[in-house]
Parts: sequence; structure tokens; C-alpha cells
Amino acid sequence: MKLLEVQNMTTYYKLKEGYVRACENISLHLEQGEALGLVGESASGKTTAALSLIKLLPENAQVMGGSIRINNRDIAGASEEELRSIRWKEIAIIFQGAMNALNPVRRIGAQIVEALRIHEKMTEKEACYRAAELFEKVEIDPARVREYPHEFSGGMRQRAMIAMAIACSPKIVIGDEPTTALDVMVQAQVLQLLEQLRRERQMGMILITHDLSVVGETCDRVAVMYAGRIVESGLTETVFEKPAHPYTQALIAAFPNIEGERYLASSIPGNPPNLLYPPAGCRFHERCGQAYARCSEEEPLAVELSNRHNASCHLLQGRVRI
Amino acid sequence: MNHNSNNHSLLSVSGLEVHFAVRTGFLTSLISKNDSLVRAVDGLGFSLGRGEILCLAGESGSGKTTTGKAILRLIEPTGGEVLFKDEDVCRFNRSKLRKFRQEAQIIFQDPYESLNPRQTVFATVAEPLEVNRICHSIKEKEERVEEALCDAGLSNPRELFIRYPHELSGGQRQRLAIASALVLKPKFIVADEPVSMLDLSIRAGILKLMVDLRDNKGISYLFITHDLSLAWLVSDRIAIMYLGKIVELGDADAVIKSPMHPYTKALVSVIPVPKRISLIGKTLLKGETPDPINIPAGCRFHPRCPEVQPRCRVEEPFYREAEPGRFGACHFI
Repeated sequence: MKLLEVQNMTTYYKLKEGYVRACENISLHLEQGEALGLVGESASGKTTAALSLIKLLPENAQVMGGSIRINNRDIAGASEEELRSIRWKEIAIIFQGAMNALNPVRRIGAQIVEALRIHEKMTEKEACYRAAELFEKVEIDPARVREYPHEFSGGMRQRAMIAMAIACSPKIVIGDEPTTALDVMVQAQVLQLLEQLRRERQMGMILITHDLSVVGETCDRVAVMYAGRIVESGLTETVFEKPAHPYTQALIAAFPNIEGERYLASSIPGNPPNLLYPPAGCRFHERCGQAYARCSEEEPLAVELSNRHNASCHLLQGRVRI
Repeated sequence: MNHNSNNHSLLSVSGLEVHFAVRTGFLTSLISKNDSLVRAVDGLGFSLGRGEILCLAGESGSGKTTTGKAILRLIEPTGGEVLFKDEDVCRFNRSKLRKFRQEAQIIFQDPYESLNPRQTVFATVAEPLEVNRICHSIKEKEERVEEALCDAGLSNPRELFIRYPHELSGGQRQRLAIASALVLKPKFIVADEPVSMLDLSIRAGILKLMVDLRDNKGISYLFITHDLSLAWLVSDRIAIMYLGKIVELGDADAVIKSPMHPYTKALVSVIPVPKRISLIGKTLLKGETPDPINIPAGCRFHPRCPEVQPRCRVEEPFYREAEPGRFGACHFI
């Protein structure tokens, strides 16, 4: 069952100088119980894409078109009221800096209770009971619901954020760099917890990250973003083993592999383009080692390389589906 | 080259300690007798050969940055000895310290924070020359700055002179920070997480630059990172820190491929590889690094150690050479 289906979603930010084309023509879908990784470097538009899904964008952002369907319900034209009923109950988000996302002057338990009372219409008592249960679920001592965010360590805060995100049993959870600020060991603990919860509750999950390793450890499918576009998508194994787009190839080559040879891969020359004035044609052509005349003129379309493996590059145009 | 013998080493650290007193309130100080101390660095030693890259790896709170700063005396060590070219840095007076800091430089993690946003590229790189009164003519200064920018891999350095940091990309900023470290022609650089703020695609360029500088100019590095795969890629030897002490030190390949200490084993087991690997069913270390105010008795790792024995709770293991060139602090290695 498709939990989420996004087609040609385009979001621009309006600035004095013009429009920043933060993400363009994003199409993706998510099945029940599935985890999708959205990877990209900073400023590739991955967070904008996620925020567009639940309409939590800043005021100067404009969703220019496309459709977003959550559980077969189009939310592109939904009112603020309708959106409020969707957020938390159907789709929830875990942000990167738990310290910024939690209210520092309120007890963590109280913050969860508040969400439960508003969205699930529970009584105070029921909500408190539920909050303690959720704490147990994310492996925090339930006695600590009465503590404040600063009394928690980084990993525990992120766990508390997860508890909050799953409080109203959403069908989709979006994690926006949920483990970026954490230590390696704590990161592994948090990712393991997320995967357990996803399997138990058959939730769909979108993980936004700049870190390919997070994708490898948690996601069934991956979509690689560059300069506001999805350049390649497919099953995680396929993309790791047979990356098709030159950008994905370079990213994976830059990933140190302790099981492989010990050498420093060369970096991708140049910098990502300014999305106020994106280059014509393929957005990667200025940094691509394999670019030819056509790349700077014509925008490449997605090519289906094999089952569920797509990439947008002119070099692949001749390759038909295997 | 034997990096462990003192004769060849550029830097030799022994028993280094950095303890911070914790300010307590008046009432608390009446109740508890002893002042609490944060033992950020608690007696560690290693040596660094000429042209060697030694990596100090560990989780946050393990004291790796404090170690790097204490060696340069940016934080005063509270104990121990730091020998640089066989002279004790801890005993340097002001003028000797100034000379020492021309040879020993530091690169910080965040090139967005470590550069003065109101200084041009030229002013940033020329500042160390001015502070140390090295160049006397403007022409000479310009040449030195140009050379440093070139060495840091920035093309068209003269055109960059009048730029401000905000006009540069992340990678260029970090190169600028490196250039301002290089301008004094140092022999030793502490690189504190130099690439962790940068995107994967530009990381490799910075790392390559650092390795090239070692190869061409013989610069030694103390490379501080939390990322073990990165440590393995660039360094000759790796030292793993836990709560202010080194728990294992050895050749980079050996530490990653056959770790001895249970903590290293745990860290190595979570190094990501470019594959689809599920974390379900994987045994991970429980909890997080404890508070360095209350360091556990016995082996400081014992509360989290999967291989803990009764002895570990009471007796602190010695840091010793278990195999030639491989050091560790565990009763069972």
C-alpha cells in the first residue's frame, strides 16, 4: 500500500534577487513499512523537500506545483486546519538538533502529554500513562519523564524526540538528520531503535541525511539529490553496488571503505551551483568529468535502468532496461 | 623508522594531565569536603615522529581536543611533560613559547567560526607574520601570503587577497585556515576535526592536501577525529582515547583490522561500510561516555565493557606494550 506519493513537487524560496530553486520536480513514493533515504550534500534541497511534504516551510517558500498524496489524500491544497489533523497522527518529523526542537523550560514528559492531549484527545491521566510507556519503548527510564531537556544527554534527547514523534502512532515518520550531532556509538543505538520501531509498527520512514552510511544501515531504498533534483534512485544495494549517475559514483567512491583498499579518493572538483542561477542543462555538468556538449544544453530525463533503479544522465540514454 | 624511540620523535608526551576545578556553590562546598575535578585528560603519553600522522580518535568527551590544545599550551596542562625537539614545552617562558608556536600550529574544526568575518584573506594569512614580526617589507609579506595560499591549494591567490571569508565556499575556507597555519612554515600541526564540517565530496581534497604537505614539507600531524574510517585512511598510527586516557595505540591498519581493546572492538564494529547492512540484532555498547567528574574505579571502561571481569572493577589496567609497537590498557590483552 502506498502511504505517500509525491509527483513533480517543486518548491522555490522567494528572495529579493529572485527565486531560489531549492527543489524541483521531486517525485517519490513510500510503501508501508519501508524506509527511504534521501541523501545529498548541504544545500541540495533535501530538507526543503521534507518540509514541503508536511508544509512546514518558512513564509517565503512557495510550493509551485505537483501533488502530494498522503494515504490517498491530496494535501497540496489542504487548509491549515486539515494539515494540523495530518501532522503527528499521520506524518511526524524528527529534527536534527533535539535541543532546539524541545522546549527547554518544560519537562519532557509534559511536552509529550501536551501533544497527546491535543491530537489524541486523551485525558491528562491517560496521556501521562502513555508518555511513560513511550519512554520505555525508546529505552529511557520512565521515571525520567519529569526531567528537563538539559538533564538528558544528546542521545537521550534524540530518543525523547523519537518518543514524541511516534506518540500518536503516525504511519509515516520523517527523520531530518536524526543522528548527525551524535557520537558514532550513540548514532548506531538511535538508528537501531528507529529500525526496530519501524518494523514493529510497520511505519514508513524517510531519512534525510548527508551521510551515506546512515542510508546503508537503515534504508531499503535511496534517492540521491543534487542541486534540488533527484539524480538517482533505487534499492540501496543496487545504488551502492552499481551507481549509475556520475555524481553518485563520485559520492560512493569518496566513502572510505575499511574492507577495501586504503587510499584517498579524489574529490569532486568545484562547488554545488548557486540555486538562484542554476546552470542550464544537467545541473551537475560543471563538475562532471564525463560531461559533453549536450549536458550543458539539455536537461537529462530519468532513465529506468532496471527494476526501480532510475538515474537522470545523458550518458545512460542509450541503455535500455535490462 | 621506529616511531616509538625518543631519538627520532619530534614530540613526546608523557603523563599529560589536564584537570579542571568545578566551581561549586558555597553550600555545596560546606557539605562535600573534596572539590570535584573534571579530569579531561588524565595521564596519557605518546610520541610523534617527524613526518608522522598520528590520529587521536574517540567519542566526544574523551578529551582528544583538550589533549591537542594542552600540547600547544592553549590550555595549561596541570601535569606531565610535553617534549618538543627534546625541550619541555610546559617550562617555556613567553619568548620561547612564541617561538614554539611558530613551529606548532592548530587547525580548527569549523572554518565558519575560526575565521574573522571582517578580515580579508590577505589580513587573515598575514596576521601571524605581523604578530611574530617576520616580514619587514610589504612585498615580502605578499610573497609569503601568496606562497601559503598556493601551498593550501587555492588557485589564483592574488585575486583572493581582498576577499572576505563569506565569499568563499566551505572547502576554500578550510584551505584558508590551513594557509594561515602554513604561513609560519610549521613543523607540527594539530588538526582538530579538520573535515567534519565539510561535505563528503570536498573532504577528500582537504585530506589529500594535508597528506601532501606531510610528504613534501615533512609536517607532522596530530589528527583529531571521531571518525575511525577517516583515521584509518590518513594516519600512520591511531590512538584510541576513552575518558582522558589512551586505551589502545598502534599502527593504523592493525588497530582497525585487529583491535585488541574491547572499546576499540566496539568502535570498529560500528564503522560504516558502503553496503546495505541492517543494524537489527547487532550488539552495541550500552549507554554513553560517563561524566569525567565521576570516573569509574578500576578500569574506566568496565561499566560498558562487554568482556568485563571481577578484576576490572577494582584494579586499573596498566598502559603497556602488548606487542611490538602496539600499546593497550586492558587486563586481558
